[in-house]
Amino acid sequence: MGAWRVLRALACTLVGIYLIAPLAIVLVISFSSASFLRFPPPGYSLRWYANLMNDPAWLDAIGVSLQVLLPTAFLSTALGTAAAYALVRGRIRGGGLIGAFLLTPMVVPSIITAAGLYMLYRWLGLNGTLPGLVIGHVVVTLPYVVATVGSALRSMDPRLEAAASVLGATPFAAFRRITLPLLAPAVLSSLLFAMVLSFDELIISLFVGSARMRTVPVQMWSNIRGDFDPTVAAIASLCFLVALIALGCEALLRRRNGEKE
Amino acid sequence: MRGRAPDPRFWLLLPALLVLLVTFVLPVGGLLARAFTQPEPGFQNFALLWERPVYLQVIWNTVMISAAATPVALILGFPVAHAMAHGSPRTRRLLIFLVLIPFWTSLLVRSFATVILLQRRGPLNTLLMNIGVIDTPLPLIYNLTGVLLGAVQTLLPFVIFPLYSSMKRIDPSLMQAALTLGAGPVRAFLRVYLPLSLPGLMTGATLVFISMLGYFVIPALLGGPQETMVAQMIQDQIAQLGSWGVAGAMSFVLLAITAGLLALLHKLVGLKAVAR
Repeated sequence: MGAWRVLRALACTLVGIYLIAPLAIVLVISFSSASFLRFPPPGYSLRWYANLMNDPAWLDAIGVSLQVLLPTAFLSTALGTAAAYALVRGRIRGGGLIGAFLLTPMVVPSIITAAGLYMLYRWLGLNGTLPGLVIGHVVVTLPYVVATVGSALRSMDPRLEAAASVLGATPFAAFRRITLPLLAPAVLSSLLFAMVLSFDELIISLFVGSARMRTVPVQMWSNIRGDFDPTVAAIASLCFLVALIALGCEALLRRRNGEKE
Repeated sequence: MRGRAPDPRFWLLLPALLVLLVTFVLPVGGLLARAFTQPEPGFQNFALLWERPVYLQVIWNTVMISAAATPVALILGFPVAHAMAHGSPRTRRLLIFLVLIPFWTSLLVRSFATVILLQRRGPLNTLLMNIGVIDTPLPLIYNLTGVLLGAVQTLLPFVIFPLYSSMKRIDPSLMQAALTLGAGPVRAFLRVYLPLSLPGLMTGATLVFISMLGYFVIPALLGGPQETMVAQMIQDQIAQLGSWGVAGAMSFVLLAITAGLLALLHKLVGLKAVAR
């Protein structure tokens, strides 16, 4: 058995390197002093970060992304939490089917959703608008909220709410005083996850955005396909840093919730 | 059942349901409908897919690339899921963190990083040449290798989590029993462990395959013309050619394959098990 253990550890290490190496390389290149993507870089500087902060195209993109991700995250967390609660705790006919339906945007390739939305928006005049982008992002983030909050609810003891009702709490009071506090970590972590997903979303933003409404990934996309300088690495490193902070917060939330897994 | 008051909690479900009906079902349905209505009613768009070798080739490519990525992801994911399921709690936490990284970092950032990593004079080729494994740089990018190396790292969570959830329910004493009764480790693994982890394997394989079918960024950045996939073709049809009918027909084919595979998975292991 010993040899198998070693083999398994080796395989896990290799997979770990495979997952981390690309990000480490981007991080190093973002500090390069050269204007081409050589690794290892010939020297180090902060010029690409400075470039990022001085280029209105990037600053606008960051602004648009933030304007989209906040309403997106709050909307889809609110809608998704309510839906997950109804699905898990309610006795709703066809609940299983409705639950599966709410998850379908996860398995439909985003190019299809994006093309469809573009068509619908052409008719509604929503292409290139903030509400248009937000709605598109809600569609792709909602399923993740439903899944996260739903699974947290399933692992919560329903008898706690039942006890509250027996002790005379109205259903609303039971929800607000018992369910919601217990559910808070899951709700917060899906809020964070929705923000990260919205910040990373490319394809829908590419279709329903416009030259003035470009999110960070859209700006990255046109840059990667164009001149391809280390500014992309700088913004990519910042994105990664934000994701790492988010992931850290999420881990903290889980631990505070006393989750065993 | 009749006469029972409907659960008032249904009202909580309604907003999400309405939002998705208007912003997801309606547009996707509209796109699919175009396959049958544009430029004129009928099946000519599907006939076109069938007749033009380019279209058929791209659909075939997409299926083959996804089929190639699936075993690679399964083989890489298996030992990680195994260590997560049967290793120490510390190992498990570390691995979960690692495996979640692709979920939290942008696909675009990872693909861009992989472009740098795999270049002709990139770090990987340099490393391999320095340790003397190869003499000339390997062509790692703008071909199938590039697409697979880029795609699998983003697909690993889809294999590892279902596998992990099936493996942690496997009682380790079963393997012990097989070994005590005289089976070799390989035989015990093949006859006892593998069949028990099959639901996770099948779920993981299906999720990897259907996710890969819709990939757009990775083949565009890491593949060559040979690796053009359906999603890129759909974008081309709309943005370059304005042929919504053909784009609709391609979307229809893509969704039909996805739905078929999910139905098959549901029949084999049940989607309830997947959601868990």
